[in-house]
Amino acid sequence: MGAEQKFLVCWCACVCVCAQKRLWEGTEVGTNLADGASDNKVDHVHDTMQATDAPPSPPAKDQTQRFAFDERIWEATNVEINLVEDAPPIRDKEADEADHVLDTMQTQDFPPPSTAKDQFQEELVIKPLHSGDIYASFQFRTQWDTDFLEKHKFSHYRLFPKSLGQVISKFSVRELHISFTQGYWRTMQWGQPFLPSPPGAELWVWFQDTVTDVDLAWKELTNVLSGIFCASLNFIDSTNTVQPSASFKPLGVGNVTDQRFLRYAVLPREIVCTENLTPWKKLLPCGSKAGLAVLMKSEKLFHSSFHSQALHIRPVCKDWQCKSTSWELRQTLNVVFDLHTSGQGKREWSLFKMFSRTLTEACPLASSSKVYVDITDNPQGELFELSPATPLVSQAVVLGDGRTYSVYDLTDHATFGQTHSLNVLLRWRAAESGEMLRPLLHGERYVAGYGLQTGEIHTLVYNNHPYRAFPVLLLDTVPWYLRLYIHTLTVTSKGRDNKPSYIHYQPSKDRLQPHLLEMLIQLPPNSVTEVTVQFERALLKWTEYTPDPNHGFYVGSSVISALVPSVVAMDTNNTQERPLFSSFFPCKEESTYFMRIYTEPLLVNLPTPDFSMPYNVICLTCTVVAVGYGSLYNLLTRTFQVEEPSQGLAKRLANIIRRLRGVPLLT
Amino acid sequence: MEEDALNQSTAAEADISLHMLSESPSGSVVIYVVPESSTVLPEGVSVYVGQRRTALLRAGGQMRVAVALKEVLASLETWIKQVLQVMSFSHGDITAALSDRVRPGDRSREGLADSMRAFKSSPGYEITFSLLNPDPTSHLLHWDVEAAISSYIQPLLSKMAPVANFSIDSQILYYAVLGVNPRYDPTLNAYTLNADSLSHVINPVEARLGSSAASSNPVLNFLLYVPDSRHSPLHITDHRRHTVPSNAFSSPRWGGIMVYNVNASGTELPVDVHIDMRRVMGVFLPQLRLMLGVQSAAPPPGFLIGPCGNAGLADWELDRLMWTRSVENVATATTTITSLAQLLDQIGNIVINDNIAEQVSSAVASLQLAVGQLEVGNLGLAMQYSKEAILQSERAFFDPSLLHLLYFPDDQKFAIYIPLFLPMCVPILLSLLKMASEVRQRPGQGQAKKD
Repeated sequence: MGAEQKFLVCWCACVCVCAQKRLWEGTEVGTNLADGASDNKVDHVHDTMQATDAPPSPPAKDQTQRFAFDERIWEATNVEINLVEDAPPIRDKEADEADHVLDTMQTQDFPPPSTAKDQFQEELVIKPLHSGDIYASFQFRTQWDTDFLEKHKFSHYRLFPKSLGQVISKFSVRELHISFTQGYWRTMQWGQPFLPSPPGAELWVWFQDTVTDVDLAWKELTNVLSGIFCASLNFIDSTNTVQPSASFKPLGVGNVTDQRFLRYAVLPREIVCTENLTPWKKLLPCGSKAGLAVLMKSEKLFHSSFHSQALHIRPVCKDWQCKSTSWELRQTLNVVFDLHTSGQGKREWSLFKMFSRTLTEACPLASSSKVYVDITDNPQGELFELSPATPLVSQAVVLGDGRTYSVYDLTDHATFGQTHSLNVLLRWRAAESGEMLRPLLHGERYVAGYGLQTGEIHTLVYNNHPYRAFPVLLLDTVPWYLRLYIHTLTVTSKGRDNKPSYIHYQPSKDRLQPHLLEMLIQLPPNSVTEVTVQFERALLKWTEYTPDPNHGFYVGSSVISALVPSVVAMDTNNTQERPLFSSFFPCKEESTYFMRIYTEPLLVNLPTPDFSMPYNVICLTCTVVAVGYGSLYNLLTRTFQVEEPSQGLAKRLANIIRRLRGVPLLT
Repeated sequence: MEEDALNQSTAAEADISLHMLSESPSGSVVIYVVPESSTVLPEGVSVYVGQRRTALLRAGGQMRVAVALKEVLASLETWIKQVLQVMSFSHGDITAALSDRVRPGDRSREGLADSMRAFKSSPGYEITFSLLNPDPTSHLLHWDVEAAISSYIQPLLSKMAPVANFSIDSQILYYAVLGVNPRYDPTLNAYTLNADSLSHVINPVEARLGSSAASSNPVLNFLLYVPDSRHSPLHITDHRRHTVPSNAFSSPRWGGIMVYNVNASGTELPVDVHIDMRRVMGVFLPQLRLMLGVQSAAPPPGFLIGPCGNAGLADWELDRLMWTRSVENVATATTTITSLAQLLDQIGNIVINDNIAEQVSSAVASLQLAVGQLEVGNLGLAMQYSKEAILQSERAFFDPSLLHLLYFPDDQKFAIYIPLFLPMCVPILLSLLKMASEVRQRPGQGQAKKD
């Protein structure tokens, strides 16, 4: 009871803080420092709220992130090195670069916008993981040159799928990101994925600022998407939708960052299977008939440790001046094939082994169609053997790490060779692959406590960087039936209290809205930061339980977004390959990079009543009533009459004996 | 002045100038009787039906003899009846409009086919033009569908705007194949699709077409199929194995498909193909008219139907369509409300929210208004009210709070109380059995007593 009152007080205080946020901005810091010593967590929230005027820097991040995206594409296309036959495998890159810049400028992936209105690109990245598993990542990018503000042009589709175009125009969507994931990405074993996604279904949408009723549009949109993707997105309602203030910024052009137009929802329980893949494949211009998509055979894709398919729609710049915009649709599919279940424990991977298909042609509609194989750890071929060999090598900075890729260009007929099919084969020479660089940022989450009344959510965020501290944004969405005691929120790193510099907390309303907790936390170098908060488990109404309530209730993943210092600056080997003059100051796009990771979803048991109890009670009382009724009925309807007692068997036997003896009979 | 108009050299010009003189209200038909000697009508034509709401009728031979107005009218009556049959709303149209609700007894097969071909009345339609390219490696197809739609389809749709809302879009589908393998016909030196196999063509394509995500209106599909080079040229043949000149067919209440043959004789693949949209739209436009319910019955002998102008739809055709659609809408809305009432009768404890009651009552009000306007002959308003009635009645009917399953069915309450009823039945049944056996035994007892 006491706890509940405290909670209520805290709740009110938070609401007040939210309301008075603007007023408080002017107050001086000194008083808050004095308060900071007190144990009262409400005060703690106060001054963290107040520290909002220290900019949480989301716009900067947003820009960097976008910049990094563009940069990556540029990198991928820019540095193609044609190795001459007699040259050593890795030549001095600098010398080559000068020669080939001209070539690559001509053969770059983007034809000038005047020739083609729509473009389609496809690529597959294969990355051998250190655990022996293999990671395959498909990306399909459809660019549609139509201005997203002009509505009347939204009716004639060429490469862009009509169903999605109609959705965009009907609901005035500015950005749409949806992902379906089966399995959990193991960051510590596999490193970082190219596009992270939480287990289950995730949907976040930025609406245009012309939308008046965002909630209605969101509700209709989720229902329509649920139909398009055959998923249970229609279970998204106000109880699992939030409007994050800082974690999800638009990735496309435009500077509207008003969170009123943002909706974010996660369905951690969603099971992803073939029925979601088929509509997803249907959105590709070539379907699964040609190009890289022929590899997508569902029986292989779902026989994997991790499967994630996603779709991102955003407006992007059409040209370098960014005078006009176009729509970009990115469809991605990420799979991790397990060494033991898919690979029979042998460190030998090929396209055929992974997908039971080989490549025979590029999608004829694609302006570029490429297969990349990550050979960063294998510069001399000492770790694994890659066949067929390819002369094309590309370098890119991916997630702050310089990577080298072998490239197979499917638009070139020579790639397919004599057999007219491409089956990329990786065969390991060594039994063990080298040491993996520990991921700089890593998160974990679990529920602690016992009993069915209270519990505690622990979120651990690891900063594995040896000497750099960096801030992360932590977003937690907790359903209303776990009532968070926000006054018990503690953030500790290295055994000391770590005060978040920004807290956005939105309390839940029963059956209406979930808890939303967003914090900006500074992670000290080489540390584990632990965020704990206690909660009480609510007792639901009997219709609110799921069909299998004893399985537990899912709580979506925490989202950790961060600008992570790049490892390129850390890497001393890197200077060997690069000219000295270029590598003293880390250049901007490499010094930090944007990263988003998701923790595990939680499975929490709620106090579950015995659902058969009402029926048991009915049965029991009915039986008692029926027995009572029966005896009463018998009593009322039975006629009682005195009956001559018939002679017993013994008596009759005795009489027979007596008759034989001639003795008088018994009466 | 009308005489001046009628003195024009051709019937079409006369029609236009008559229209300039007086605008006739929608739903009406004006018949001008011209003397037999008039040169307006071509030789052998006694009735000219204009593109507005006028008809020119040549007076018969007996006109000169007859003097009284009554006799003149009497002699024209048969012709006028025929004109009205063609241009206005008749009994047959009502039965066609209500064909889903009326048993097709004495109706002609032709009329039935007509009414089944057209889409049911709806407040809006989505029209989708799809270009199917089964082999993008050999053909690179270009179609200027935007310009074609704005010049051919849009005039018709803007003329039909009072009937329904239309939205048009187009898409290109790659690697979309027909469901039937065409057969090679050596006599034609071409591949053929027989009319019997056409019913299997659509299914595999339809999975790719994608339903309209943005609205729940019915979708009219028009597919332009360009056969790949291995199956080219491709012709559609009718039941007598003659090739169909338009090379197109339509599927009732679904849309139309046209096969567009390309003689790709380029050396370098893919071959750029620019599609002649005039030819394509010349096929799709009549199909669209049929789908939308514009009937084009063959005129009786002696009739000449004027060209329908650039809109593709004459005023009197639109009037007829609005008549049938209004009647159909009224019938649909009435059925919806009736079945809603039946549903509410079935479930006693259903909760009817105020907004549903409001919608039902406003639907009934709009229905009455629509019927009233129809009686007056005010087509535009009747159409509008009947559309409102449909929208409101459907909104009330499909309200999620009226879901049948939300209410606990009475028969299942018995199942819950079986633990009570079953043990209670046992003594009752036993005593009933006892009573029965006593009744059976009683005659025997009576005999025993007699003895």
